[in-house]
Amino acid sequence: MIDFTESQLERYSRHILLDNVGVEGQQKLLNSKVMIIGAGGLGAPAAMYCAAAGIGKIGIVDADVVEVSNLQRQIIHFTADIGSPKVFSAKEKMQAINPDVEVESIKTFVNASNIEEIIDGYDFVIDGTDSFATKFLINDACVMKGIPFSHGGILRFNGQTMTVLPKESACYRCVFHKPPPKNMIPTCSEAGVLGAVAGMLGTIQAAEALKFITGAGDILADALLTFDALPMNFRKVNVQRNPKCAVCSEHPSITELRDEEQRECDLK
Amino acid sequence: MQHTLDITKERCPMTMVKVKLKLSQIDDGEVLDVLLSEGEPLESVPRTAEEQGHRVEDIRKDGELYHVVIRK
Repeated sequence: MIDFTESQLERYSRHILLDNVGVEGQQKLLNSKVMIIGAGGLGAPAAMYCAAAGIGKIGIVDADVVEVSNLQRQIIHFTADIGSPKVFSAKEKMQAINPDVEVESIKTFVNASNIEEIIDGYDFVIDGTDSFATKFLINDACVMKGIPFSHGGILRFNGQTMTVLPKESACYRCVFHKPPPKNMIPTCSEAGVLGAVAGMLGTIQAAEALKFITGAGDILADALLTFDALPMNFRKVNVQRNPKCAVCSEHPSITELRDEEQRECDLK
Repeated sequence: MQHTLDITKERCPMTMVKVKLKLSQIDDGEVLDVLLSEGEPLESVPRTAEEQGHRVEDIRKDGELYHVVIRK
């Protein structure tokens, strides 16, 4: 039988009142595990909303320490956190929001040799990274392990996101094939990003995680959502699985994880 | 089996939250007798219960309070 403490009933009352979440949905959230890769612009709001929602266990992985230039958009980190590892700063804030949540913080760069272990046992992964190489690595690892994930990317005033159900819906590689050549896409330090755009996109990713876990509504599977915050236009484009996809097709050419050659963004 | 729930000390929206939790804990076909006050709880509990597919079988006054009988 599902039961909550008085304090939990109050904390999650606005979820419980929703017909699409309710008592059962909140219980699913409390029993779920979400891994957030990157404690930056996307990971910050995603982590805060997952913690607030009562996700039972949240993993967060990032190798960096907080820098002053992060604070314009990475709202889980405060001025006093400058110099502290991002994963510790993020853990502290998540537990301050909701002491019910168990947080696993991992201070490391994600790469082909450690990603499988990092995402093992999690129900959903949120890609909050800023390099194409890591985005493809997350895609490939999640497809191989069968873990659904939310892809997200931002630049300047633009954002894009899609949710991948491995071998059921289009994966990131079905749509984008391989990382773009070096220097083709400007880095964040060259191009900049509006802080609130990170919040918009990371929050959409959190909503996708919560919807996937509770079963509410339709997630962005086989759909790529893009927006441009300058005119504030949103567009949802249908995408489909590539029967010759290098990783999620029946006869994949990629059967082992590898680190793609791609310059990483200088500023996170 | 008849279940009972007293929400006379609760305020909106915890009135509905308590009813939803209790309804989730009983079996289909079972009856929940909710004791509540007039005003907001008396207006919202029967309406929301019906919206969620339950059947309100009886509403009766009991002194200052009301019983709303819901079949899941």
